[in-house]
Amino acid sequence: MSDNDNTKVPADKAQETGGAPTEAERDNLPAAPGTPEVVSVRHGMFGASDSGDTSGYGGLVAPVLFPAPAQRPYGRYFDEVADHLERALEGAEGFGRAIEKVIVDRGELTLFVRREDLLTVARALRDDPALRFEMCTGVSGVHYPHETGRELHAVYHLLSITHGGRRVRVEVTCPDDDRHIPSIVGIYPANDWHERETWDMFGIEFDGHPALTRILMPDDWPGHPQRKDYPLGGIPVEYKGATIPPPDQRRSYN
Amino acid sequence: MGIEEKLPAGFLLTTVEQLAGYMRKSSVWPATFGLACCAIEMMAVGTPDYDIARFGMERFSATPRQADLMIVAGRVSQKMAPVVRQVYDQMPEPKWVISMGVCASSGGMFNNYAIVQGVDHIVPVDVYLPGCPPRPEMLLNAIITLHEQIQNTPLGVNRVKAARAAEEAALNATPTHAMKGLLA
Repeated sequence: MSDNDNTKVPADKAQETGGAPTEAERDNLPAAPGTPEVVSVRHGMFGASDSGDTSGYGGLVAPVLFPAPAQRPYGRYFDEVADHLERALEGAEGFGRAIEKVIVDRGELTLFVRREDLLTVARALRDDPALRFEMCTGVSGVHYPHETGRELHAVYHLLSITHGGRRVRVEVTCPDDDRHIPSIVGIYPANDWHERETWDMFGIEFDGHPALTRILMPDDWPGHPQRKDYPLGGIPVEYKGATIPPPDQRRSYN
Repeated sequence: MGIEEKLPAGFLLTTVEQLAGYMRKSSVWPATFGLACCAIEMMAVGTPDYDIARFGMERFSATPRQADLMIVAGRVSQKMAPVVRQVYDQMPEPKWVISMGVCASSGGMFNNYAIVQGVDHIVPVDVYLPGCPPRPEMLLNAIITLHEQIQNTPLGVNRVKAARAAEEAALNATPTHAMKGLLA
């Protein structure tokens, strides 16, 4: 941190969220990150991956990496948030039961919360005066078919305007055979339509939602389109003299 | 419909056809059916720069009951499809449809589960206009093509004959995938 100008964001922190770090935060360096874990390996990008593919993308082998759980100190304001949350959840025991793991990656804090404790944690994050994450910008769903027991994730992004634009991400997992997560509409009412969208696209049922119906697809649509096992659904395109199949079913071109 | 249906084919019927066609094409009122990005180009056609008012079409009617032309401007999702059909059904005859842009004509770049692959799955289309989005001049070209179609619409016995001829031609035509094009 060579520049003394407090108003300019240093170049190496340019990608971080939450506004420019203060002097105190700049000295609060995080612990070294652990080794990322390999969740699955992606072979090829699209189309056929057998030989004859001249694009080069068919031979790609890319590991899907998840960042390792972070060790204290987390850095920036994350330690403060974790300490206040621990106090609000009645001690280290409550914190350890509710929060499965904490991830600090690329300047962003992610709390993995057990779905049974989601309402307590969300209420604490919203109401505690030192936390005050008043704004929830919605729920997103993610589907990891290889992570048995934790296939579906619901991701909540919280923003604290009172404390100068602090952000935290809360992530809740649920298995594919028991797709229930408590609804936080009672705590953040704006999540109504976002939870409907996550139900529509992924099939995660939010218990306690006032009216969990489809919002993007027609009301009688079968299936949940954004899951990884849902097909793209394109139709073959007719040209004069040839029919081109949809992009996910095309062969490699020699 | 009226007296023109009962006229025998001949000079009188053709004169009435031309007159009725001229009257109908001079005052086509489009329905406001901008769905997505193509709606912006449709709005641009209403501006003085491209000026749809010179055709008497500046009065876009929000109610389909008073509209003649439905310009389907934009992609039609699966959820919107019954609404498109209902608006089309609420328009009184004579009515025409222009599918503006590639998404309305064929699904466009969205070849997936959520978008209807061409609005001709839902309503009969008179003029297909490609483009993403088509320039306002292209939309005006499509409208002028439609005007020519309207001007030359046969009525009465001529219409029945023309419909039979069109059906014959369609049944005997080669399907698109059997045609010889550049890919064959």
